[in-house]
Amino acid sequence: MKFAVSAWSKNGRARVGSLQLGSYPHLSIEIETPALLLTTRKGLPVFISPDLLPSLPSPDSHLLQFSPLHFMEGLSTKTISNIGGLHQMLGLQEYGLAAVPRDSIVCLPEHESSNKMGASFETPSGRRLIKPVEYMEMISSMKPNLYSTLADEVPAWVSEKRNKASVDRTVRWLDDCIKLSTTGGAVFGSIVGGSSVEERQRCAQEVARRNVSGYWIGGFGFGESMDERSAILNVVMDNLPEEKPRQICGLGLPEEVLQGVAAGIDLFDSTYIYHLTLGGFALTFPLDRIKSSSDSQPSDKGSDNTKINLKATVYRKDTSPVVDCCNCYTCLNHSKAYINHLLNVHEMLAQILLEMYVYALIHNTHHYLAFFSSIREAIRDGKFEQFRQKFIDSRRDHLFVTS
Amino acid sequence: MPVGTQGTIKGLTTSQLEEIGCQIILGNTYHLALRPTSELIDQLGGLHKFMNWPRALLTDSGGFQMVSLLHLADITEKGVTFQSPVDGKPMLLTPEESIQIQNRIGADIIMALDDVVKTTITGPRIEEAMYRTLRWIDRCIAAHKRPNEQNLFGIVQGGLDPVLRDICVKGLVDRNLPGYAIGGLAGGEDKDSFWRVVAQCTAALPEDKPRYVMGVGYPLDIVVCSALGADMYDCVYPTRTARFGTALIPEGVLKLKHQAMADDTRPVDPSCECMVCKNYTRAYIHCLVTKDAMGSQLLSYHNLYYMMKLSRDLHSSIIQGRFPDSPKAMFLNGSATRWRLLESIFLPAVLHSRHPKIGL
Repeated sequence: MKFAVSAWSKNGRARVGSLQLGSYPHLSIEIETPALLLTTRKGLPVFISPDLLPSLPSPDSHLLQFSPLHFMEGLSTKTISNIGGLHQMLGLQEYGLAAVPRDSIVCLPEHESSNKMGASFETPSGRRLIKPVEYMEMISSMKPNLYSTLADEVPAWVSEKRNKASVDRTVRWLDDCIKLSTTGGAVFGSIVGGSSVEERQRCAQEVARRNVSGYWIGGFGFGESMDERSAILNVVMDNLPEEKPRQICGLGLPEEVLQGVAAGIDLFDSTYIYHLTLGGFALTFPLDRIKSSSDSQPSDKGSDNTKINLKATVYRKDTSPVVDCCNCYTCLNHSKAYINHLLNVHEMLAQILLEMYVYALIHNTHHYLAFFSSIREAIRDGKFEQFRQKFIDSRRDHLFVTS
Repeated sequence: MPVGTQGTIKGLTTSQLEEIGCQIILGNTYHLALRPTSELIDQLGGLHKFMNWPRALLTDSGGFQMVSLLHLADITEKGVTFQSPVDGKPMLLTPEESIQIQNRIGADIIMALDDVVKTTITGPRIEEAMYRTLRWIDRCIAAHKRPNEQNLFGIVQGGLDPVLRDICVKGLVDRNLPGYAIGGLAGGEDKDSFWRVVAQCTAALPEDKPRYVMGVGYPLDIVVCSALGADMYDCVYPTRTARFGTALIPEGVLKLKHQAMADDTRPVDPSCECMVCKNYTRAYIHCLVTKDAMGSQLLSYHNLYYMMKLSRDLHSSIIQGRFPDSPKAMFLNGSATRWRLLESIFLPAVLHSRHPKIGL
């Protein structure tokens, strides 16, 4: 793995970089950062079957994030090893795979059961305590391009003592993971510390001292406020070397992504668009916001200026695509009326939900990847702060108008 | 014909269906009439446009779902009375209305409303249903507003009674319809009776019109019915069985949920060329099935690919004059039991049918 920063925002921490992955025999991809890693379930992007993946923008969509814990139900590490690792097993030789112990959907950290031996997670197959040695066994068999180390993530409300213990454990497990590492995948050292600025600083300093290729910052989206976050992010960033990539977990909303980018984060996960899609929403905000004048009128179509609710009755007869000029698979092939029908029909039958999400998810992924592309362009043009402010203002305007 | 109940095949996109080689899919009139309603589909330019499907579509009459899904369906000379799933009020579906709805949906092939009875029933009800089906076909023909764009198929009824089937076939053939369906089968009757009815109907139906065996879709049934001269089939089996974690393979079926699959690094079907078999191991599919949406998406893809390949193989083997041999080769490719089973039901059926085209 190689990483290089190519541009900085004016007087800020936001940066554009490029991440090169090439450890797998056939793999050679270069992803521009800030980038979105696609959330997967058992290694495949949720709902989007592998033959539809090439319809997403390349190479932007070629970085996938997975949770090794997903494979604990049903597959042994030995079998995955026999198949030749995850790239082979998933038929995704041209994709970069990043392992993070948890996802933000079905495998969540369960701090009360974590102990000094390992981290505990709620998984679809029950609560599991994962020790560094077990985690590294999974990593060795799966051979991801990069992986973050085991972390003891705690919510913002735990005691100071518990928070301190989580930093101690996370740093100790980092050493264990490095020691046990047998694959060539790049190690991202995990940084925790809850909402305590001191603990965050201590953790960042400890991890920065280790031989790692990048950083994974956890413990967000656990009850801290958005205002607390900036201070925490800044103290962590101040203690990390500039030349290494930083990945974050728990920041998903557009505003949160912009906050993370402003602090100097390079890699984000796409849990947000997964949840958005499950709710029947499609992203519609204009992507050339920075150039266009701010004349966007709040619409009455179940919209909040950034997204629309495809289940809304108003789309029943709407034969136009989700976004008119969008060139994603969904917008090129299907109307809002058709997706509205699929969503409504399945709700009525209470069936296992499948294909109606495929279309919405493809569009949302496409749209969010384009959002990241706009962010990079804004940084390069030295206009990131204006871009961010404009985005936040337009949402706020909408709130004022509707309230 | 894969079945797309709601104007979509569960778990697959329309472009995947094209890729697999589906030429025609089936939409259920009953479901589409409830949602999004036939009026809306009509307003938006018909079902092809609504679901963006450039190839052929067939809709059923809607009568079967009423009988199978609703307890309180009552069939009279006027039509099928059923309890509305929306407000519980009694509603009536007449032959005229069924055709009107199907005219609005706009499929290439539409089906006449027939009087469906269980094949396992015996007695005068079978006879009544057959004659009623014949009376209703005239009402369907009279109500059909788009005969130049949509092909109305009549449905042969008559249970397992060869005399009744004969009367029905003759009656329908007299109406000179664009195609014919053999209905009232695949409802729990034994295979031997089933083959006989198919053989009798195909022998009596005109050669230059397509014959569609309704509700039939097990691979073996398709091979046998094709041998008997049938042309079209529908069945939810490939996609439904996929959702339960079962793959169709030349040897029969493969249950991916089975623990033995957990460390099996072979493809689902090593002889299959589909996207799933080219990319995935049984072990990986095992860890997906019945737990993750992707499991049924991938298996549905494989199963439909398998059925399409089977149909194409039947088609080309008939053209090349190798037909009775080709299924033998196909089924022998792993285990002989399948072929033996096929032979034991296939040969008597053909022999008893005295079909003029099958010289044995």
